Amino acid sequence: MSGTGTARVPATGAAPRRPLDPELLAFADEVGSEGPVAVAGAGTRAELGGPLARGTRMLRAPEGIVEHHPEEMTVRVRAGTTVADLHAALAGAGQRSALPERGGTVGGALAVGEGHLASLGRGPVRDALLQVRYVSADGRVVTGGGPTVKNVSGYDLPRLVVGSLGTLGLLGEVVLRTQPVPAGSCWLRAEGADPFGARDVLYRPGAILWDGEATWVLLEGHPEDLAAEAAVLARSGAWREVAGPPELPPQRWSLPPAGLRRLPEGMAGPSGSWVASVGIGVVHAGRPQQPRRVAAASEELTRRTKAAFDPAGRLSPGRSLLPALPSPALGGGGGRS
Amino acid sequence: MRSGPWRAGSRDGGPPVGRDAPDRLVEDLVAALGPDGVRADAVERGLLARDASVFDRGRSGPVCFPRSTAEVQAVVRAAVRHGRAVVPRGAGTGLAGGAVPLGEPVVVALTRMDRLLEVDLPNRVAWVEPGVVNLDLSNQLRPRGFHFAPDPSSQQACTVGGNVANNSGGPHCLAYGVTSAHVLALDVVLPDGDVVRLGGLDPEPAGYDLRGAFVGGEGTLGIATRIAVRLTPNPPAVRTLLLGFSTPRAAADTVGAVIAAGIVPAALEVMDRRITEAVERYVHAGYPTDAGAVLLAEVDGMPGSVAAAAEAISAIGAERGATSVRVAASDAERAALWKGRKTAFGAVAQIAPNYYLHDTVVPRGVLADVLEEVYAIAERHQLLVVNVFHAGDGNLHPLLVFDRREPGVMDRVLAAGAEIVAASLAAGGVLSGEHGIGVEKRDYMPLMFGPDDLDHQARLRRAFDPACRANPGKVLPAGHSCADIQALESVPAGVWG
Repeated sequence: MSGTGTARVPATGAAPRRPLDPELLAFADEVGSEGPVAVAGAGTRAELGGPLARGTRMLRAPEGIVEHHPEEMTVRVRAGTTVADLHAALAGAGQRSALPERGGTVGGALAVGEGHLASLGRGPVRDALLQVRYVSADGRVVTGGGPTVKNVSGYDLPRLVVGSLGTLGLLGEVVLRTQPVPAGSCWLRAEGADPFGARDVLYRPGAILWDGEATWVLLEGHPEDLAAEAAVLARSGAWREVAGPPELPPQRWSLPPAGLRRLPEGMAGPSGSWVASVGIGVVHAGRPQQPRRVAAASEELTRRTKAAFDPAGRLSPGRSLLPALPSPALGGGGGRS
Repeated sequence: MRSGPWRAGSRDGGPPVGRDAPDRLVEDLVAALGPDGVRADAVERGLLARDASVFDRGRSGPVCFPRSTAEVQAVVRAAVRHGRAVVPRGAGTGLAGGAVPLGEPVVVALTRMDRLLEVDLPNRVAWVEPGVVNLDLSNQLRPRGFHFAPDPSSQQACTVGGNVANNSGGPHCLAYGVTSAHVLALDVVLPDGDVVRLGGLDPEPAGYDLRGAFVGGEGTLGIATRIAVRLTPNPPAVRTLLLGFSTPRAAADTVGAVIAAGIVPAALEVMDRRITEAVERYVHAGYPTDAGAVLLAEVDGMPGSVAAAAEAISAIGAERGATSVRVAASDAERAALWKGRKTAFGAVAQIAPNYYLHDTVVPRGVLADVLEEVYAIAERHQLLVVNVFHAGDGNLHPLLVFDRREPGVMDRVLAAGAEIVAASLAAGGVLSGEHGIGVEKRDYMPLMFGPDDLDHQARLRRAFDPACRANPGKVLPAGHSCADIQALESVPAGVWG
């Protein structure tokens, strides 16, 4: 702390910001400022948003955990790191994150905006991203947000990039909020139980999954509380402990939580199976959800946002957030209509 | 042309920016809202030229009191026609000058849009209008088993719309997160008058997360007229502890150790001796006045975890030299402890007539170091500082207390404030934890962000507001898009105070 006490705040510039990671700067050089470019993660969700335009140069984001501060409950990690590696490292300190464990990279999960299967307990992934460093369409490293667990300095660029499919900037490095692994946890399953009733009687379950017949509940917390919550559930069904959640169909739908009471027809696909996340609104199903239309004014705002961040349309061209959103320049794909 | 202190090229209230004579604008506004919905008299405009910040040279244009989304839209369209900026306003409790009107804009006061529209239990959301008071919302939800988690100290007065604009926090945001974690969807009147729905009730709505981008936009991205807030279930068990320590360092170290032990309390608040004494005289909450600092800790959730966490916090405190540990035995005792904390800013008046409250965040591991530095900075400037803050998430709230009648004191207050900000950033912290940037910290933004970072923040701003009509002169420093509205450029000497 020495030396800072007498520092006067200069009117502009001369910022005491930390130097950027050389790997991040090398990634920015690779991105450059010309030609269509996108990042390949692990390929687990590469089809989302539509196929990339032909001729798009594919890059890999830098990998590795930069610093984990268990006592701050934050981790700085490069976007190309796999979620599995991240979670293995966090587990060593008794921690975890809100990122999904379906495979894939940290950057991929954030670019898709996919929550954890147990996001009822872990929270949405967008709440976990504290600071983002991405490479802009003109090849610069841009930092949004801050490294502390609480921060409202300036506009919330971290939230904007979550779920943006690599169309606003290419993720290089992030600071994520971590959370302690609960003292205890167990999965319970019952046939024919009312999943919505379970939602109403449990305080903060980790997950409630439902396939139309059986319900799975993840309880997390202090062992005494697990026993109490299990006793509450036992009043409304024959629950038994199981090893874990069911197999999940590959596609994910996003519906209002109340919409799960009457699911859209034809969602399941040929296998006929689906698994819904009660209280969240995600449904794992055989068929993909059709791109959802939004009102014209929202579409216009989305178009202006894309144009502001990537005027030439070189970042992940062909991928589109909305059904009819045309790719500004490059052509190569446009939206799916 | 007006006389007095309003100089061209200054960021004070400045001359009106717009094409038409103001009376034509007022005519249009009255046509849209009726005579009851528009005030253009000097008294009302003077009242609404300030907020709770020390920034007092704002100048308001006509003040509008719309009652619906359509009326907000009509006001914005009238302002667009007359080339005038628009500044939304809630209860005016902001501390960063976000609601201070610059350039005589049309002020859109949302206090009449104060209805709780719908409680949707199956989706666990409530739709509210922006003028709903924060505490009123929680009081209405609580009997149904829920509440709105953000709880700023001003919650008896501040509005949900203001919480959205500033991404407000509060003591319980340690466990529950700030406002953006509790807003699912918004209807927004954009600065050009278009109405959009941002976000949605589904977990991963289509398109960019423009809802996430909007929250914390400080009125520079549009005006929210309907807000879907998440309902947080009331915890089945709550325990509140008050620990006394001989020094602020011991209290701050305890906070770091609690977090490092993997405990996430609902709240962890520290108050130093001076503010504890003032609070005790003010509300008689039963705080120990002989302690160098007190730590107010609250844990909530299921009974087993609450008991275990309370025990662990007591033990960690004892290891770090706690001189007293008290567990609230009743709801009344718990309420008294919280009343002490929440009236702390009011109690400051017993020490000195004025205060300037800062709001930075530092990593919890260096909290004690930065806190000691804050005391040293104040001492160097011959100022009194008291600390009452959200220690659990590293959110410092040093209050520099003073009497503004003392000649030259404001210069010392500002210089000390600048050093506190610099010290926080140097320790790996950020400019603001929950109050926002407003006018107060906009010129500090280059300390935390580089030119490319600010350029991208300006791009987001422009996507929402290409013509820079919404709350100009806020958030982004001079030289960036929408930082200036014609003459509004730099801070002239004497704007503060």
